[in-house]
Amino acid sequence: MKRLLSYRLRRAAALFMFALILAAAASCAASKDTSSATINVYNWGQYISDGSDGYIDVNAAFTEATGINVNYMTYESNETLYTKLKTGGSSYDVIIPSDYMIARLIGEGMLAELNFDNIPNYQYVDEQYKNTAFDPENRYSVPYTWGSVGIIYNTKYVKDVTGWEALWNEDYAGKILMFDNPRDAFGIAEFMLGLDINTEDPASLKAAADLLVAQKPLVQSYVMDQIFAKMQREEAWIAPYYAGDYLLMVQENEALAFCFPEEGFNLFIDAMCIPANSENKEAAEAYINFLCSPEISGQNLDYLGYSTPVSAAKEYMSEELTQNEVAYPSEETLERGKIFLTLSTESTQLMDSLWLEVKTTDSSGSYLLWGGIVIVVIAAALVLIMIMRRKKLAKRRAGYKK
Amino acid sequence: MKNRWLSGPYIVWMALFTVIPLIIILFFAFTDSINGGFTLKNITSIEAYLPILLRSVWLAALSALICLIIGYPVSWTIAQAKPGRQRFLYMLVMLPMSISFLLRTLAWVALLEDTGIINNILGSLGIDPLPLIRNNGAVILGMVYNYLPYMILPLYTVIMKIDYRLVEAAQDLGCSSGKVFLKVTLPLSVPGIVSGITMVFVPAVSTFYISQKLGSTGTVLIGDVIESQFKTAYNPNLGAALSLVLMVIVLICVSIMNRFTTDDESVATL
Amino acid sequence: MRAFTRAFTVLILIFLYIPMIILGIASLSSGTDVAVFKEFTLNNYGELFRDAVLLPLLLNSVILAVSSSLLATVIGTAAAVGIHRMSGRLRSITMTLTNIPLTNPEIVTGVSLALLFAFVGRAMKTNNVMGFLTLLIAHITFNLPYVILSVLPKLRQMDIHLSEAAMDLGCTPIQAFFKVVMPEIMPGIISGALMSFTMSLDDFVISYFVYGAKYITLPVEIYNYTKRPLQPKIYALFTLLFIVILLVMILMNILQARDIKNRRRIRPPDIISKLRRAGS
Repeated sequence: MKRLLSYRLRRAAALFMFALILAAAASCAASKDTSSATINVYNWGQYISDGSDGYIDVNAAFTEATGINVNYMTYESNETLYTKLKTGGSSYDVIIPSDYMIARLIGEGMLAELNFDNIPNYQYVDEQYKNTAFDPENRYSVPYTWGSVGIIYNTKYVKDVTGWEALWNEDYAGKILMFDNPRDAFGIAEFMLGLDINTEDPASLKAAADLLVAQKPLVQSYVMDQIFAKMQREEAWIAPYYAGDYLLMVQENEALAFCFPEEGFNLFIDAMCIPANSENKEAAEAYINFLCSPEISGQNLDYLGYSTPVSAAKEYMSEELTQNEVAYPSEETLERGKIFLTLSTESTQLMDSLWLEVKTTDSSGSYLLWGGIVIVVIAAALVLIMIMRRKKLAKRRAGYKK
Repeated sequence: MKNRWLSGPYIVWMALFTVIPLIIILFFAFTDSINGGFTLKNITSIEAYLPILLRSVWLAALSALICLIIGYPVSWTIAQAKPGRQRFLYMLVMLPMSISFLLRTLAWVALLEDTGIINNILGSLGIDPLPLIRNNGAVILGMVYNYLPYMILPLYTVIMKIDYRLVEAAQDLGCSSGKVFLKVTLPLSVPGIVSGITMVFVPAVSTFYISQKLGSTGTVLIGDVIESQFKTAYNPNLGAALSLVLMVIVLICVSIMNRFTTDDESVATL
Repeated sequence: MRAFTRAFTVLILIFLYIPMIILGIASLSSGTDVAVFKEFTLNNYGELFRDAVLLPLLLNSVILAVSSSLLATVIGTAAAVGIHRMSGRLRSITMTLTNIPLTNPEIVTGVSLALLFAFVGRAMKTNNVMGFLTLLIAHITFNLPYVILSVLPKLRQMDIHLSEAAMDLGCTPIQAFFKVVMPEIMPGIISGALMSFTMSLDDFVISYFVYGAKYITLPVEIYNYTKRPLQPKIYALFTLLFIVILLVMILMNILQARDIKNRRRIRPPDIISKLRRAGS
């Protein structure tokens, strides 16, 4: 008797169905994550208190307070964030870019206007952080932190740092770290050259790029968040970075010190925004509201070390921190701080391509060229050997045919 | 026969997800990033990256060679073992490949750093720290470490299949073991050598993670540049042009290598 | 000479496993630095099991690997059978198609798929096209050649007259395939499926370009982690994975050994009785 479905056929069909069901279930499960009960938050790395060292876990506290889950992801720099948004890969609900990047996103229509009825805690944000250059009408952003860039150095190996030229000091060759994003790196070079950090003059940008290229042989590595491990372990001795992160690092290695360079330094505001294609706007606004409540802001930034734009939050922070010169510099120091403005598209592209040149400049070119020539010669020799062998074989075969 | 159409779904799939994406890369490579018109600018800008391309090819070729020199004795030894032990050794070699190469490379970083494990040991012996990391040597070490199994396995597969009677015949005819190796074993293992070199060279020339972690600011490889065009700076046109060039380089190298082997359906026999 | 190559092999094997040992030791240390061993502790493993982020990612990776390898095996086996019947130009075109993902650098495959998906996303006017589906498509695409190249040699080794004989004895072509051909090529199918699973589980480069916020796999997240100070529970995860895969491989080894021992006991006449049973 013929059986139409054998055991094996049934097993294969079952496996196939299993695979299909698994795929369907997984895609259902995956898409369920973006239902109204979850928001995607995209923030800088090391930029929220996550419960370590006994401080508050902001995301967990938010979920407890509102029932909304947080899918928290991090990026390294404003440029990485911009690229991620531009390649249209994913939808995020809350992003926290810096001033100049927010201006750029607003200009390109990539941000959604906030509904401030859902963000009552906005009243606690200090006046001086509203009506900023990047968001003059306060329609798209709510400040998260402000801070400054300076030089972090290990006092065991590096002495007397007062200005940016310490980063070009050959005594520290191979122990210097540098920013891995164009804006901050060019900003430092522009301070060194006495230029306006928002210059769009191609010649000035080229001069800054040349200065960075001159620094390159001394640089151990271009880093962002990798700096923590390197400075704490003393793999590197000197680096420019953000003041708040210095306060985190100094807890692990007390030999580290911070300097506000004389030539001037970058003062920044990072603010929370909602991308235009977010699917959970109200939940996102609830998150933003949560973060700028004085209590949460205070506890969060107590851990982070960055400066809060909400004065009322200082009541929830440790006395030590609010008096800290690095976290809250004096008026006199702040005078030297300059803010980034967004550059025109042409200037941004020029800066991007100059930055790429800086990153890919080859200081040992000639040995490379020799290597290339050697490869070509070897390849040619191989090809010649092959061709000669084929000819020999063909001749031998022709000889057999007789 | 109806059976031929069983491969229908496969061909459709490959056309959709292999051929069409490559066409899209061609399209992006010849398109201007700002105004979207046809341009050769991306291709001509490759000239600036020539040192990087050469460096990538050079380091990858060197790594493939080192893998061959190290891997051949290992494959040969495994092929000589008893079948049970052969399988065990094969598994041992394959095992590292299945687990995160990211973390394994990080372990090498921890080993080689100026304040890393090796230098800590040297320091306790009173020796100054050696510059073991952030140079070409470290990158080659990383490549050799990560891709050695890709050389050992094809070599082993081929050496194992060599008819031992040929070796015996050569020995009977009076060859010393050195000559047996050179004239019998080595030529018969050429398909495996070709396969192994291909399998090491291709990922090595296009890696970006190894050079990021183990290399210096000067050892930028072509993979780094391509990755940055898609992840940090947004210039998919330049990235596509570089990918195109990389693909062409790899195709040239692979077709040269394929001349040394006659079996066209086992280019990547594993 | 033998002794030298044996010692050399052992040395190289140790070289291959040095990072595992280091990471294993690091997972037992209370410090975050791999190079510095602080105190012995099992806390990292405890933290790993309480972690709400890493384990779901592992699950993500496993689900992706299982579904992509199963689908790739089905499509690939069918393809291999079809290719086996092809000849001439069609066959060489198909084999070239198969070789493209193999000889193409992974970064080029990843980048090309990313561009394709972005293109499709823009055409469909959605902004979050990358997700489980794109990952699945990408993984199946790079798994297929491996399956085909595992099954094809087995098809070639198989005696072509077997399925004809089965049909002579009364099988329909479908029955002939499943009862006669499949068991013969099963080792190839299994090795293709296992290889796809392994490659999919650990794939980083291709996934890095086609993933979206909705579905992140473990290797991609580990890469994101390596850009920040690493937490020791990652070392614990790595060590655990290593031990699990080691055990699985040892198990497979034992099963394979037993299977080969059993096969040696099957005598040729059994095939004929198998065919006869297949025909009824």
